[in-house]
Amino acid sequence: MLKLENISLGYGKQDILTDINLSVERGEMLGIIGPNGSGKSTLVKGICRLLIPRTGRVFVDGKDVAGISRSKLARIAAVVPQTPNLPDTFTAFEIVLMGRTPHLGRFRFEGNRDFDIAWKAMEITNTQSIAERRIDEISGGQKQLLTIARALAQEPKLILLDEPTAHLDINYQIETLDFVRGLCSQQHIAAMAVLHDLNLAAQYCDRLALLSKGSIQAEGSPQEVITEQNVKEVYGANVCVYPHPVNGLPTTVIMPGESNQTAE
Amino acid sequence: MLTDIPEPSQTKMPRAQHTLRWRSRLWAVGGLVVVLAAAVALATSVGSADISFFTVWEILFSKLPFLNIDYKGDERIEDIILTIRLPRVVLAGLVGASLAVAGATYQGLFRNPLADPYLIGVSQGALLGAVIGFVIPGIGDNLTDFGVVPTLAFVGAMGAVITVYLIARSGKSLPVTTLILAGVALGAWLSAISHYLMLQSDDGKLHAIVSWMFGHIDDEWNQVLTVLPFALIGICIIWLYARPLNVMQLDEEQAQQLGINVERTKLILLACSTLITAVSVAFCGIIGFVGIIVPHAVRLIWGPDHRFLLPLSTLVGAIFLIMADTVVRTITDPESIPIGVITASVGAPFFLFLLWKKKRGTFF
Repeated sequence: MLKLENISLGYGKQDILTDINLSVERGEMLGIIGPNGSGKSTLVKGICRLLIPRTGRVFVDGKDVAGISRSKLARIAAVVPQTPNLPDTFTAFEIVLMGRTPHLGRFRFEGNRDFDIAWKAMEITNTQSIAERRIDEISGGQKQLLTIARALAQEPKLILLDEPTAHLDINYQIETLDFVRGLCSQQHIAAMAVLHDLNLAAQYCDRLALLSKGSIQAEGSPQEVITEQNVKEVYGANVCVYPHPVNGLPTTVIMPGESNQTAE
Repeated sequence: MLTDIPEPSQTKMPRAQHTLRWRSRLWAVGGLVVVLAAAVALATSVGSADISFFTVWEILFSKLPFLNIDYKGDERIEDIILTIRLPRVVLAGLVGASLAVAGATYQGLFRNPLADPYLIGVSQGALLGAVIGFVIPGIGDNLTDFGVVPTLAFVGAMGAVITVYLIARSGKSLPVTTLILAGVALGAWLSAISHYLMLQSDDGKLHAIVSWMFGHIDDEWNQVLTVLPFALIGICIIWLYARPLNVMQLDEEQAQQLGINVERTKLILLACSTLITAVSVAFCGIIGFVGIIVPHAVRLIWGPDHRFLLPLSTLVGAIFLIMADTVVRTITDPESIPIGVITASVGAPFFLFLLWKKKRGTFF
């Protein structure tokens, strides 16, 4: 579904990512983890052509992204941005309806089918109750859910999430990732999620890619990637990794006072 | 895909509300078209020659095709209506519509409630052009020559914005903050030159420049026919970009992720709104207030969706300037109050009233 071949990305003269090779299959959820500044968000920008790769190629649904129009790309791949900047005076429903944009011609207004799809996307994200509220009247977490609903309204085959849980409480974190996970397995959508939280990444992703200083340090199943050794090398943090008591997936436990920067 | 999910029970709720809001906005469009027609008729019946309302309607309708109404009255009256009053009313309507829709577009493009059509140098460029037309001996001595001042004002307006655009553009992208800053800076520089030239000119010319600055509407069909194609084509193109403009209210990255070609949209909208503003300013001077307040009033009443905001601003702008010009023609004799003074003194209290009634903290 998504295939990156030797991608290098950067701003100005500076390279952020070099020679990245990754792929995500239908129904699969790939997690991108790595410390701040390791190029996680840059990778998302490179895939949706907000940033044109210096070298290498991006294939989405078998098509080279460089050769298709923005609206065609938006019909295949949807992005959930890190900070949801939404205009204050629009209603929540109007924002979700904007997800239909790539499916509509310039002269067409939204039809009943578009209303239905947007409304269902709001049902899935549990935001129907705020549908008629204005954006300046709702919370940051709800805005995040609306951007996810908007992405669903695009009816994508690939969904890119840039820290979708950053502004959410723990119940919404679980809820959000539960249904992203559900979308992958039930609707055969491919998902790539940039995640901060190593535990969420381990619990929800089929595979993980650990970025460090512009390249992939480790890639594979959560057990292979999240190890005390890797976390120490890449993040410079001393942690303990235990198997989850119920499902055995690696669970990172922090050790207060053990950071390398601790004052003597 | 999502349509496979079983039908939720309350599906009809938001669609009903949504349609309701759309219906009220469509009614508003229809209603304002009627108000515009009434404003045109009213404005053409008011003036120093005493002509009855019905005569005016008769003359106007006799000129419409397919109605088969013949006007068999006084030809001089027909002349006053068709060659003096009507061109002036039509020009006021076109300029009001252009300024309001350009203002709405600038506010949308820059995502800035303080934006007006003069934000990035149109007015200062036009002023310098006009001042040169007025004060430089040889081109500006004949103050009644309306060929020179509009031409130089138009060249100045377009020149200023194109300069600002070239300065702000970096590679293939056009950062709007840089655009605004460059516009404000260049505008200040051009104003400084204009003000210097104005102070160097004699009192007669200074008075002419100042009344040009605050706006005036003339009664000449050739001006109407020059403004008309720019305004019609420009406004229609802007209307076609209403949905991309809506999506761009998110931010430019999200708009691109939703399939909008943001750079092309910005360029086309900027070109169209600048062009219709420059043509308006060239003939009618720097009429303030319409471009900033009309879109805000429309937004406060009918919401931020550009698919309605743009057409409604067009209509309200036209109606507003036609009425303001009618006030200018009736209360001052000989005409000594520039139309810009009327737009501000009538429009500002109304807008303050709207603000007080809506008590809203956010406008975008």
